[in-house]
Amino acid sequence: MTYVYSFLVGGLLCVFAQILIDKTKITPAYILVGYVCAGVVLSAVGLYEPFKEFAAAGATVPLTGFGNLLATGVREAVAEKGLFGALTGGLTATAAGITATICFAFLFSILFKSKQN
Amino acid sequence: MNKKDYLDYVSERSKKSRCLLNSIKAFFVGGLICALGQAFSDLYSHLGAEKSVASALASVSLIFLAGLLTGIGWFDVLAKFAGAGTLVPITGFANAVSSIAIESRSEGYVTGVCADMFKIAGPVIVFGTSLSVIYGIIYYFCI
Repeated sequence: MTYVYSFLVGGLLCVFAQILIDKTKITPAYILVGYVCAGVVLSAVGLYEPFKEFAAAGATVPLTGFGNLLATGVREAVAEKGLFGALTGGLTATAAGITATICFAFLFSILFKSKQN
Repeated sequence: MNKKDYLDYVSERSKKSRCLLNSIKAFFVGGLICALGQAFSDLYSHLGAEKSVASALASVSLIFLAGLLTGIGWFDVLAKFAGAGTLVPITGFANAVSSIAIESRSEGYVTGVCADMFKIAGPVIVFGTSLSVIYGIIYYFCI
């Protein structure tokens, strides 16, 4: 069942973005920023955790999940280290994703040539 | 109904159906990417990783796949078909970084690849991190 919920919830999050792109002037870059911010806000008010329990990867794979990682990381770090945690928590929790994105992009830019050239 | 009204009607209808078709494609591709993420996550759990690590590794796997498909030129084809279906999952973030990185190679590595790769990822990280810091401060003082 986890797979069905992941599929349905992940799909619906994409549909919402698709409608925004088709019906408004919002560009994909704004969608990415908006989804991450929405993830942080929804996590801050406590709505994202139950959603994550229910949808599993349907909630963690979309970019709102990235926002959720930022928020939970900060919350845990503040609980542990006090105010200093506000500075360290977010990027610590998302380090794997960001580092992987940077390193793979760098690697692939060495390995592959742009098709346009 | 005169000719102009009719043309307006047709373009309105085709716009609607295009949006519907795009949404269906985005739904299936986006859903499948999330299900694939769940499969990776289950695989890593099965191999002994704890839940949060398995979930992070699943994201890393999708980031790797998105980068690789971008490199060999398949991601663009898929993204043209799926629209937001490939944009909203973490694959969209990975593609935004790696596609610009690959395109910018002609401008050199330092001023091209490494500077330009953050063109779209930069705003995402800046907004996300700043908002998380604000949340941390509020959490510290209010909760």
